[in-house]
Amino acid sequence: MSTPQEAVVAPKAGTGFWKDNLRDYGMLISLVVIVIFFQIATGGILLRPLNVTNIVLQNSYIVIMALGMLMVIVTGHIDLSVGSVAGFIGGLAGLLMVSWGVNLAAAIVICLVVGGVIGGIQGYFVAYFKIPSFIVTLAGMLVFRGFMIAILGSQAIGPFPPIFQKLSSGYLVELISSDGGIYVTSFIVGLILAVLMVWQNFRSRARRVSHGVESEPMGFFIGKNVVVFAAIAFVAYLISSHRGLPNVLIIMAVLIVAYGFFTNRTILGRQIYAVGGNARAAELSGIKTTRLVFWTFVNMGVLAALAGLVVAARLNSATPKAGTGFELDVIAACFIGGASAYGGVGKVTGAVIGAFLMGVMNNGMSILGIGIDYQQVIKGLVLLGAVCVDVYNQRR
Amino acid sequence: MLDPVLSAAEKPPILEMRGISKSFGAVKALSDVSFTVKEGEIHALVGENGAGKSTLMKVLSGVYPYGSYEGSILFSGEERHFRDINDSEKLGIIIIHQELALIPLMSIAENIFLANGPSKFGVIDRDARYLRTKELLAKVGLSEAPETLITNLGVGKQQLVEIAKALSKDVRLLILDEPTASLNETDSAALLELLKEFRRHGITSIMISHKLNEITEVADRITVLRDGKTVGTLDCHEGPVDEDEIVRRMVDRDLESRYPARVSKIGDVIFEVENWSVYHPQHSSRQMVKNVSMKVRAGEVVGISGLMGAGRTEFAMSVFGRAYGRDITGTVKIHGKEADTSDVHKAIKAGLAYVTEDRKHLGLILAEDIRKNVSLAHLGGVSTRGVIDDISEMRVAQEFRTRMRIRSHNVYQETGKLSGGNQQKVVLSKWLFTGPDILILDEPTRGIDVGAKYEIYSIINELADAGKAVVVISSEMPELIGTCDRIMVMHEGEFVGEVAGDEATQENIMRAIMRRKGR
Repeated sequence: MSTPQEAVVAPKAGTGFWKDNLRDYGMLISLVVIVIFFQIATGGILLRPLNVTNIVLQNSYIVIMALGMLMVIVTGHIDLSVGSVAGFIGGLAGLLMVSWGVNLAAAIVICLVVGGVIGGIQGYFVAYFKIPSFIVTLAGMLVFRGFMIAILGSQAIGPFPPIFQKLSSGYLVELISSDGGIYVTSFIVGLILAVLMVWQNFRSRARRVSHGVESEPMGFFIGKNVVVFAAIAFVAYLISSHRGLPNVLIIMAVLIVAYGFFTNRTILGRQIYAVGGNARAAELSGIKTTRLVFWTFVNMGVLAALAGLVVAARLNSATPKAGTGFELDVIAACFIGGASAYGGVGKVTGAVIGAFLMGVMNNGMSILGIGIDYQQVIKGLVLLGAVCVDVYNQRR
Repeated sequence: MLDPVLSAAEKPPILEMRGISKSFGAVKALSDVSFTVKEGEIHALVGENGAGKSTLMKVLSGVYPYGSYEGSILFSGEERHFRDINDSEKLGIIIIHQELALIPLMSIAENIFLANGPSKFGVIDRDARYLRTKELLAKVGLSEAPETLITNLGVGKQQLVEIAKALSKDVRLLILDEPTASLNETDSAALLELLKEFRRHGITSIMISHKLNEITEVADRITVLRDGKTVGTLDCHEGPVDEDEIVRRMVDRDLESRYPARVSKIGDVIFEVENWSVYHPQHSSRQMVKNVSMKVRAGEVVGISGLMGAGRTEFAMSVFGRAYGRDITGTVKIHGKEADTSDVHKAIKAGLAYVTEDRKHLGLILAEDIRKNVSLAHLGGVSTRGVIDDISEMRVAQEFRTRMRIRSHNVYQETGKLSGGNQQKVVLSKWLFTGPDILILDEPTRGIDVGAKYEIYSIINELADAGKAVVVISSEMPELIGTCDRIMVMHEGEFVGEVAGDEATQENIMRAIMRRKGR
């Protein structure tokens, strides 16, 4: 890792760099601390390959929805209906695939489209009718929970076709036979990902240095990349020692990269932040604010639908209980990840870290045998604490 | 410089701030500032933006608590350690901020007695409050009923309600931060009269203002701050104080004139608005702009003068992509061709830019840095196929930071932490980056200091020299007279007169307004 001396070498004052980035790395450090804590507390169970795969599978749908929720929150809104929508779409998938025998691909497309339409309807009320999103989506939460029970008739539908189950319980097809207990293809994919990330980091740093705008100290940069590489390689190793890369992790990773790029680098992404930061100023800068808000809700609907499918595939049945309370975990993930309840602030990486932080805590506490009652208490306090720390840091 | 004045004092000081220093991180906002206010005087505090005026007042009122600054505060002879604003309010030190802190959907009476007021066992005593409010309103010269909602009052009257609220707390030292910044001439004059009235009743006032003519009119003494230090205190009773003298002390340099000179090179008409009508967005029968037309030539600076509520901002915003009003009719022509300005995006594309009068709420995203604010209205200019190039974005921001002399550590500084003048320059940068042919500047120098004003006027001149058509809306007549080639006078949604820049005087502009008023 870097030393203070190296920080001074940076072209622009190193202190500014630390100040600006403390928040981002602070999140990551909390996650690492919590992982280490539970690793010790559970006597090493937490990071067993089986359990790591489980954590990923258990949290995949939260992460997927958190990506959409982050953008909704950044525009200054909230979506309370995602749990119900995910559940409803799960029910719809059951109806289509199991009861009516609709073709798998068609059923998935229908489910995602319906999710988008649901998001669109809610977004329409929020963006064009200017009805507070809290109210619109609270209504949506009740409506779609109701619809789900109506279509399922308060019983579970299942099982799903085996190919559909693969969405959540399938793993990357191994090209090389694996006898040493390690799923080589998965491990290689993980390593390639790690190399790509480090390469990308170096490339963008080289570009910034050539333009003379890099403020990150070199020592820190190298240290960071070593840690990134080691962490990904380690997780890849753990996962490939169990059964290889879960399909859902691949979907998740692709989505995280895509949404990270979208929010960080594209004009539309920037405009979403502007809408949340100051809607009137954004509008007077030529940004079509209502349209953007509408589309963030459509996007949220599609992602909630995808999460609903993942959950249904994982449970291998569509049950009326599916999706209950998801919205709270998703929203909590975004806020723990540093999103502001006033809009305009929040990062994709933050939301993902927030989701995993909650996930690791859920998993770790379950292993420790802490009852669901106190798990809730602890999660609530962590949410409050994380936001307090964030607010305190901002005021400083 | 302070001492001679002190020794000449016949009254004891009500407030003495000694050796005040206050830092934010590495930035020293105040260093060893001394500031003395005598009982019963009106003391003006002037200085450029960022000179430390507001910081000093925040130290005084306890917003920055005892311990977070160095130095001592003596109020009516005793040393005070204010921990928060309640501590200072208890002693009768009341601050009225530039941004009014009234709750729009509550009545005058409810606002005045928001925190405390006549009550019995915690239950509000309505009758007592009503009567007390009436009394207080009479003192500030308002005849409104106490149950009137704040939202139904104009800015001038809201300011007076704030003062009435201060009076309800047995004020001993009233601090007004830019009290007349958003008031028109009549309301400003009324407010200054009120301050004089208070002086007769022994209430001491500190007034922060950029309007030097007002200061020289009412102040007994004037303290000038520059770069966080006291430059000196002028006593207005020792002889007339010259405005130029104050400016010289504030900026530590001679401004040859408050308005940079420009030789107009006026070209063809490039911007025309014809038969423009706009109705109020909520009250659809109220016509805010009544069938007006205007023409602006390349290289020309045209001013729009008028009283508050004349419809100037409504006119400008409705032209700019119909950002205001409903049932808008009329045509906009740019370079002789009818332009589609049906939404803001299209208006920008057509070459229009509107710099708002309300930079904090309508101009900037305060939580974002300079870079992101500058590129916001023209992200296409720093992107390829929808992807933002962070390097060229930063380059653009740096270019503007240098060109506009925006004072900040770098382009990554949050705009919310900049001073008013620098914020205004960021807003201007944002609009210049869209490469407009026509710029409408709405109150471009509101609430910013003399030095920054001069810079803004220079920018206006540069734009005109570059062949742009510039429209300046302002409530400060000297500003229009100093910068414009032509001034149009608006009153109740109509243009009621037009004066050539070199013939313009405050008198003939006012006459154009009054003629219509008397009708």
